Amino acid sequence: MEKITFDQLQEELYYENLENGLDVYVLPKKGFNKTYATFTTKYGSIDNHFLPPGKDDFVNVPDGIAHFLEHKLFEKEDGDVFQQFSKQGASANAFTSFTRTAYLFSSTSNVELNLETLIDFVQDPYFTEKTVEKEKGIIGQEITMYDDNPDWRLYFGLIENMYKNHPVKIDIAGTIESISHITKDMLYECYETFYHPSNMLLFIVGPVDPDQIMSQVRTNQSKKDYKEMPEIKRQFEEEPAEAAEKKKVLEMNVQTSKCLVGIKSSNANQSGKEMLKNELSLNVLLDILFGKSSEHYSSLYNEGLIDDTFSFDYTQEQGFGFAMVGGDTNDPDRLADTLQKMLLDAREKGAISQETLDRTKKKKIGAFLRAVNSPEYIANQFTRYAFNEMDLFDVVPTLESITLEDVENAAGHLISEERFTVCQVVPKK
Amino acid sequence: MAVISESVKAMNGFKLHVVKTEKYKTNTLVWKMKAPLEKDTVTLRSLLPHVLQSSSSSYPATGKLRSYLDELYGATLFVDLAKKGEYHVITISVEIANEKFLSDPTPLLKKAFQFLSEILTKPNVQGGAFDQDTVEKEKRTLKQRIQSVYDDKMRYSNFRLVQEMCKDEPYALHVHGEKEDVDKITPESLYEYYQQAMAQDELDLYVIGDVDEADAESYARELLSLEERTPQAAPASGGRIRESVNEVREEQDVKQGKLNIGYRTKVVYGDSDYYALQVFNGIFGGFSHSKLFLNVREKASLAYYVASRLESHKGLMMVMSGIDNSNYDQAVNIIKEQLEAMKNGDFTEQEMEQTKAVIKNQLLETVDTARGIVEVLYHNVVSGKEITLQTWMDEMDKVTKEEIAETAKKVSLDTVYFLTGKEAGK
Repeated sequence: MEKITFDQLQEELYYENLENGLDVYVLPKKGFNKTYATFTTKYGSIDNHFLPPGKDDFVNVPDGIAHFLEHKLFEKEDGDVFQQFSKQGASANAFTSFTRTAYLFSSTSNVELNLETLIDFVQDPYFTEKTVEKEKGIIGQEITMYDDNPDWRLYFGLIENMYKNHPVKIDIAGTIESISHITKDMLYECYETFYHPSNMLLFIVGPVDPDQIMSQVRTNQSKKDYKEMPEIKRQFEEEPAEAAEKKKVLEMNVQTSKCLVGIKSSNANQSGKEMLKNELSLNVLLDILFGKSSEHYSSLYNEGLIDDTFSFDYTQEQGFGFAMVGGDTNDPDRLADTLQKMLLDAREKGAISQETLDRTKKKKIGAFLRAVNSPEYIANQFTRYAFNEMDLFDVVPTLESITLEDVENAAGHLISEERFTVCQVVPKK
Repeated sequence: MAVISESVKAMNGFKLHVVKTEKYKTNTLVWKMKAPLEKDTVTLRSLLPHVLQSSSSSYPATGKLRSYLDELYGATLFVDLAKKGEYHVITISVEIANEKFLSDPTPLLKKAFQFLSEILTKPNVQGGAFDQDTVEKEKRTLKQRIQSVYDDKMRYSNFRLVQEMCKDEPYALHVHGEKEDVDKITPESLYEYYQQAMAQDELDLYVIGDVDEADAESYARELLSLEERTPQAAPASGGRIRESVNEVREEQDVKQGKLNIGYRTKVVYGDSDYYALQVFNGIFGGFSHSKLFLNVREKASLAYYVASRLESHKGLMMVMSGIDNSNYDQAVNIIKEQLEAMKNGDFTEQEMEQTKAVIKNQLLETVDTARGIVEVLYHNVVSGKEITLQTWMDEMDKVTKEEIAETAKKVSLDTVYFLTGKEAGK
């Protein structure tokens, strides 16, 4: 077990790579009641075209299957795992993103027992045709719920506009039609491909003893017989640089319009320190441009083009990335035009001052401190960073190192009119 | 197990609550203003904190004010409104980095107090009126905020249930006020209301973090001095009992139907059977091991979400679920059957123990966040009780099966609201 100390933050992180390939991290948090643990596989909605172990041909699986599998893993021959966790005083949950599926619990007692339950249930799939069929009704309602949600439709509409081929454009839950094709055998095939310990990361944060936790996990894993796995082979089609569609307008049952401007990233094949610097530089850039202290925010707000739903974000994973800006508005077309102009202007030399950069860096450093108050944030983000070969605890030093030139470079790479796209939700006539 | 310890002291016109803990890397100040929920003031109160946080006398432009917060290592300023029983509560909070985790050791806590004091007591006012521009902008945003509830069908159906169920009670008011009252507000009338609220509201300041209690007290005394007051009590909320169930059906262009059911529990925070009510709600619908989740979702596959929750100060329980429009009868029947089962004591010791453990876990997790600590402690201000978290957990442990069934029998169905899609073929 390795111990890594972060002096400024006053945190210690313990790490071990087990024999079967599983990465285990423990971050003790004194004074907290809660222990929070996530068990995550590097497998999400984009992994729909891959080579199953021992097979010669790549397979394509139905949209929404990673999320479907997440649901089904909770069901066992003797009942569902939620029941077991709550008997042990814990609350359990799971989520599927573009690139990850995470299973988690939090509890203030019986931590050892709950951790054992978490690891064992994820490593012991039980899929039958009957339970798979039953789940289709439940997930069908989840999909319908999102269909009625204008913010979700807007967000996915924008991503669909950006990508021509990349599976990030597919809704994580799939469609009622696509999930109707899922069978238990497909679930097993996905499971065998992506749930090997060498593709997974276990993170435990809370008032725990790292030695004891590590030895428990080691013992648990040594009892299970995992064969060595070759590297997972995924396939993605070639993706053009420009946005697939420039604009989409969705008519929905709403009273207020919504508008997002998106930019498809051109730097999507990064990882490690390069990715961290790019991602943080772009986050700083967007904050400088559109944060509440920015001139743009004031002018948009004063003109009545935005309200307090206005937000901005940059997302990047291996293979795709995008920025988005917008929110509720009374004039979606004018907001779209104004935001695009503001973005293009940001590429000009001298658009950003050193003083604004310094202030924004301070803001981001403070925001990081606030974020690491949260065990959930630490476990989920650490995992995301690790899957991209980055280190969450490099955030503050990297922020401190960002120069005006870094931000200008990042802006120069990101901002390009051919990669702009707009999605709007407007009231149905 | 660390259970929170709160020190409370009377200051000039408000109470100071200090919760000292070393577990955070930031310090948090939470300012609460409480007054009875009333039609005449609800919209003014909804607008007020948004105007206060937009500008002040030293920072007359929002950009300047926000730049100052960025300089303070991204201190956050956040305002919020809530209904707690028949009270309307304004929350203004400031969270600031603890400098011991920064490479720059300049002390920050006092600056947070100074800033909060500036926002509260030195607003951007000229000639007995708030800055006109600020008020007009915030009125526009408030109208959009009120309107936006319509666009989120889950929030909308919950709001509509309360509106139908509590018709003629203050609780039916929307937390953000009434859209048609926004335009009537002027910079003068809002300033007048600000003075009234600062003079009459019940005020509490919570300070959470690794702070020195004496420092916090001296900052609070030095920077915030308000008139003494006797807070107004809201009229007793009463549990109106309907003779027959109120069924409301509304048609809209939605794919998924939203089923929201309201019950009167006749039990509020601080009552002796409040703990039994908590356990009842947990077995019935509060969690993913509860009867509603098992029967509506897992067994019948009717829903993705189905849950019940309590409004502790008003004595309400709300069930919410998203279902296919055609499954209304089946879902309502299953939910009714589960409540009957609770009344008949048809649940096991194990379900009860499991639920107690999960509620206890939830309480302890809540107080792992600064915001959660305030939420838990503020129940006592709203109810005028003094119940510690430890007492809460101990009393819940003692609850018996019989007490749960007795409490369940008090729970009466009031209103069934269904937001349904338009009929096929139309």
